[in-house]
Amino acid sequence: MPAMNMIQALNSAMDVMLTRDPNVLILGEDVGYFGGVFRATEGLQKKHGLTRCFDTPIGEGGIVAVAIGMGAYGLRPVVEIQFADYIYPAFDQLVSEAARLRYRSAGDFTVPMTVRTPYGGGIFGGQTHSQSPEAIFTHVSGLKTVVPSTPYDAKGLLISAIEDNDPVIFLEPKRLYNGPFDGHHDRPTLAWAKHPASEVPEGYYTVPLGKAEVVRTGEDLTLLVYGTMVHVGLAAAKQAQCDAEVIDLRSLVPLDIETITASVRKTGRCIIAHEATRTSGFGAELAALVQEKCFYHLEAPIERVTGWDTPYPHAFEWDYFPGPHRLAKAMHRVMESR
Amino acid sequence: MEAPLKNRKALSLRVPEPDTRPGDSPDFSAMQIPPAGAVPRPDPNVPDHEMRDLAYALIRVLDEDGNAKGPWNPHLDAETLRRALRKMMLTRAFDDRMYRAQRQGKTSFYMKCTGEEAIATAQAFALDRDDMCFPSYRQQGLLIARDYPIEKMMCQIYSNECDPLKGRQMPILYSSRADSFFSISGNLGTQFPQAVGWAMASAYKGDDRIAASWIGDGTTAEGDFHQALTFASVYRAPVILNVVNNQWAISSFQGIAGGEESTFAARAIGYGLPGLRVDGNDFLAVYAATQWAAARARNNNGATLIEHYTYRVEGHSTSDDPARYRPSNEATAWPLGDPITRLKTHLIALGEWDEPRHTAQTAEVVEEVRAANAKAESHGTLGSGKTPDICTMFEDVYEQMPWHLAEQRQKLGH
Repeated sequence: MPAMNMIQALNSAMDVMLTRDPNVLILGEDVGYFGGVFRATEGLQKKHGLTRCFDTPIGEGGIVAVAIGMGAYGLRPVVEIQFADYIYPAFDQLVSEAARLRYRSAGDFTVPMTVRTPYGGGIFGGQTHSQSPEAIFTHVSGLKTVVPSTPYDAKGLLISAIEDNDPVIFLEPKRLYNGPFDGHHDRPTLAWAKHPASEVPEGYYTVPLGKAEVVRTGEDLTLLVYGTMVHVGLAAAKQAQCDAEVIDLRSLVPLDIETITASVRKTGRCIIAHEATRTSGFGAELAALVQEKCFYHLEAPIERVTGWDTPYPHAFEWDYFPGPHRLAKAMHRVMESR
Repeated sequence: MEAPLKNRKALSLRVPEPDTRPGDSPDFSAMQIPPAGAVPRPDPNVPDHEMRDLAYALIRVLDEDGNAKGPWNPHLDAETLRRALRKMMLTRAFDDRMYRAQRQGKTSFYMKCTGEEAIATAQAFALDRDDMCFPSYRQQGLLIARDYPIEKMMCQIYSNECDPLKGRQMPILYSSRADSFFSISGNLGTQFPQAVGWAMASAYKGDDRIAASWIGDGTTAEGDFHQALTFASVYRAPVILNVVNNQWAISSFQGIAGGEESTFAARAIGYGLPGLRVDGNDFLAVYAATQWAAARARNNNGATLIEHYTYRVEGHSTSDDPARYRPSNEATAWPLGDPITRLKTHLIALGEWDEPRHTAQTAEVVEEVRAANAKAESHGTLGSGKTPDICTMFEDVYEQMPWHLAEQRQKLGH
């Protein structure tokens, strides 16, 4: 099995689906001949043809709108929005149209569309190339929101998303494209090749939407994470010498509530970490759910470790990013709480 | 402290205002109305730059005496014209009945298309049945022209137990895939670029169906309008993009959308698309323009923007009172007449119709609507308690119901 980084795994997923299903096509800014600014669609136009992977005008609302029309026709469009920070011009089409079409037409029209978009910080992208807008989409009924954390999951989840008959917002943690970044920005860059999840089958396979993965079993506390924070969480557990049970949610909507509750009922403690801003972040929803479903098992207040409620500041990347030190401290606090 | 003297003129902000307001006499004297038959008809396949004048013209076929004139005359047979006339009359009778139903408290909301019946009807006649329509909220004529049961439309309006949309949509936001009629959105303009995407998909698949979409003059200011034109032009999408310029966007006259600076049809020119400006109250002109644009699209020559110049005779909706912002008799002064009367006059001029038949048909469509309404009302009206099954409220959010929706359905007690 070849070792792939996350970009290669995503590329492979799209390659597999373009080959399997003539109704799959890819559109977005710079995705065609050039292969995308992050190279995720490299070679796909050459291999599959001009009309199957092509460039669009710079108009995210238009890109998503035409994909909705294509979906209504019966195609399975895969849209790339170059950065999640650029997705807002498409917000009306996503929220009022893609998310609602099945419901408002009583199942007459559907939108089997996948919107891929790189998100998250850690690349000195400033406030317009670093955002984590997942909670904006999890708040919208009718959308699914998926976040992979490894090459293996990225491919399997993306194939599931493309095959899904509902619109999926597929958030790619761009800091993980080339390696399992654990938040230690001052250390040498890690490569995917040394990570077991870089072993990615070349052919078709799926990772189901709505299933979390326990990436580390533990007894001390439950850490709920997704995307880059999965790797940060593992590093923090090591640093804090905490026997944390680390759960990679992988899919925020639909959410694997059973895996979450089983773990918190076992450990009695829960930390939620995400890069996104804190107020009304997805962590708030997770905290509320854990409280509702595990209250009598909790031994300590639920902690949230998140980005600050400011725009992402260019000069203070690592003060903003909820790295392993902050997370390790939270682990100590939660463990001390009796 | 006084500001230092500057040798520059003070700027002034212009806010467009219509020529007349309530209390004034309606005045359409500034309107340029070329005689019927005066505008040339290019071959549908010529490059767009050879027909830019059409965006500033007004394609008209029917003259004041009901004669069909000039190169845009589609030469339809009398039987087709009589069917179309009946569909337009049925649409008007339907509107009148549903407006009354709203006033009687049987539903929350209604929107009439009075004065604009020729547009949807002629376009439904000119398009094929499987060409995909992405309508706005004033194209009920499309469904009626495609023989969609009016009783079913009423059930949707009443959100009753037979509502095909299961009580989920406001009145008139119909959807019918079987009739190639896309789900209407309450958000303006979103369907315009979606229609382009559908048309791109049809071209991608080597299909032969085309798409059409409709917005109003006001909605041309939305970004969706411009993205639709950009994408349609770039990918040469087989789509007909219609702007129904009925002069009013709720209370804002078309000048607020920029209609005084240029025509809406002329927006096409910057995108390298043909723009046709058509007398929207002239059934034959609308039919001919649509047929022309459809031929162009089917020939892989891409999209056309059509501005239908018409007048919204009634309020925007049942929630609107146009007497508060325009002369109450403005509709009667509208120089392009009434579309039903004009087609009727044409048929009479052809010797294919007469007043007694027209009077009889008027009664006939009213009766057809009355009978359908009685059936629809037997399935409930809004608030009557005869609703779709409440369990269906949680369905179709996703293809499969996730646990959280199942849990919420239980909490509601179902």
